[in-house]
Amino acid sequence: MTAAALDRAPSIGRAFTAQLQRDLTIAFRSRSELINPLMFYVMGISMFPLGVGPGAERLSEIAPGVLWVLALLSTLLSLDALFRRDFDDGTLEQLVLNVDPLFVGVLAKVLAHWLVIGLPLTLLSPLAALMLFLPGAAVPTLVLTLLLGTPILSLLGAVGAALTVGLKRGGLLLTLIILPLYVPVLILGAGAVTAVIDGVDPSAQLAWLAVILALMLTLTPFAAALALRVGLE
Amino acid sequence: MGRLKTVWHRLGSPRWFFEISGPWAIGATAIGLTGIVVGLAWGLAIAPPDYLQGNSFRIMYLHVPAAILSESCYILMGLAGAVLLIWRMKLADMVVAAAAPIGAVFCVVALLTGAIWGRPTWGTWWVWDARTTSMLVLLFLYFGVMALRQAVPREETAGRAAAILAVVGMVDIPIIKYSVDWWLTLHQTSTFKLTSAPSMPAEMYLPLLVSVLGFYAFFFGVLLFGVGNEVLVRERRTQWVNDLVRSRQP
Amino acid sequence: MSFASWHDFLYMGGHYPFVWSAYAIGVLGIVVTLLRPLRARRRFFAEQGQRLRRQTSLESGNAERVDASRSS
Repeated sequence: MTAAALDRAPSIGRAFTAQLQRDLTIAFRSRSELINPLMFYVMGISMFPLGVGPGAERLSEIAPGVLWVLALLSTLLSLDALFRRDFDDGTLEQLVLNVDPLFVGVLAKVLAHWLVIGLPLTLLSPLAALMLFLPGAAVPTLVLTLLLGTPILSLLGAVGAALTVGLKRGGLLLTLIILPLYVPVLILGAGAVTAVIDGVDPSAQLAWLAVILALMLTLTPFAAALALRVGLE
Repeated sequence: MGRLKTVWHRLGSPRWFFEISGPWAIGATAIGLTGIVVGLAWGLAIAPPDYLQGNSFRIMYLHVPAAILSESCYILMGLAGAVLLIWRMKLADMVVAAAAPIGAVFCVVALLTGAIWGRPTWGTWWVWDARTTSMLVLLFLYFGVMALRQAVPREETAGRAAAILAVVGMVDIPIIKYSVDWWLTLHQTSTFKLTSAPSMPAEMYLPLLVSVLGFYAFFFGVLLFGVGNEVLVRERRTQWVNDLVRSRQP
Repeated sequence: MSFASWHDFLYMGGHYPFVWSAYAIGVLGIVVTLLRPLRARRRFFAEQGQRLRRQTSLESGNAERVDASRSS
């Protein structure tokens, strides 16, 4: 940061963009790591035809659930890294001690996480839907539910990651803690897609997803910030 | 109001709680056990058999209290967690620690008895209906709180982390319940209801009431005792606990 | 009494495996919930008692050594 930049009074907007920029830069530095969650998504989806049989009928029946569950798992697996790298090299403590409110930094990290994992997943989902013979009419709904749902997954996941930061084998514990909290998102997301397949209007599920997203956007950054402070004390 | 405020302030001292809670714990547990025994015996032997379900409905006298209590316990845990985080009352942390295993056991009992009840009634051991599914998720939530508490090495940090998770879980429970109900109306062909008709004849309802109240009292008593244990453990290096230990030595 | 005899009671109109296994689980749950904290408290006093005894013997041992070194 230049001397001129340091002289400027801290502002929430600037703190947010600075953190976001930093996390995105770090994420893009290791290209191979970026691909991993996406590869996991595709590989995991492929396991189902291999396990269940290639029949289109059965696969298309389970497609909404499988596509959603795998999105969940891919997000879960990448959550541990959300705070861990910064914890390991001390930048997390800096963030907590910073003069800017912590929830801003947390929100920026969550956005970075979503941009790098949730959003690509959402964009990849039509391809995955193809592999499971999801009816074409349902694909836009699938993408929409993932678009609404993956941020919720990142937000809730951040709370779990904050609670387990610094724990030695925190990764598995993180998944155990977060999964029950993911249940509503899974039900609503997969349910909306199934509704479309059945010819039912999914707008109720979509509306609920939007409500939950709004709720989580306002609450989870504070919960995660508190959890970080607790974990680092 | 002033009386309540005094109690609230006194609760800031775990030692005061320990010294006060003993007789209450014993009393509540005794009353609870009596209520449970009476309620269960009444429900087992005296209540008339159900028109549709025959005698297996008697499992209700165990299943329903266990289910109700496991949910109340989680809410209590979440509220205690909030108290810990907002007012930093140490005793609240001990309530969270003591309540979690009790609630989890009740949750398991509710799930198992529910499954056993389901077998003769609907022909399957497990059914994904609203109650069983949300009860299962509740068990996962309990497990998360207990696991997190165990995993964090420092006592105070562990307590606060578990409290955060308990509060998040508590806020999430209504969301989970609504979404599970939704999930069912979407997928189920027939909806199962565990309490078959809301209007139960008095001979069936009364023993259930006694049983539920008994379970509540029992829970309260055992919880007080468990919190007392947590107080002892947390304050084990203090003078008053050391004196207490010495006085209990053979 | 809704049952004519003890036998009828135990038989539960044919539902006896379900009713009795469920009640066994329930009673087990109640017993476990009751006994766990009782045992934990007993264990606490036993362990802390041991710790205190070890502490006092260490302290008295040190005191003896200090006295011994002082007198020598």
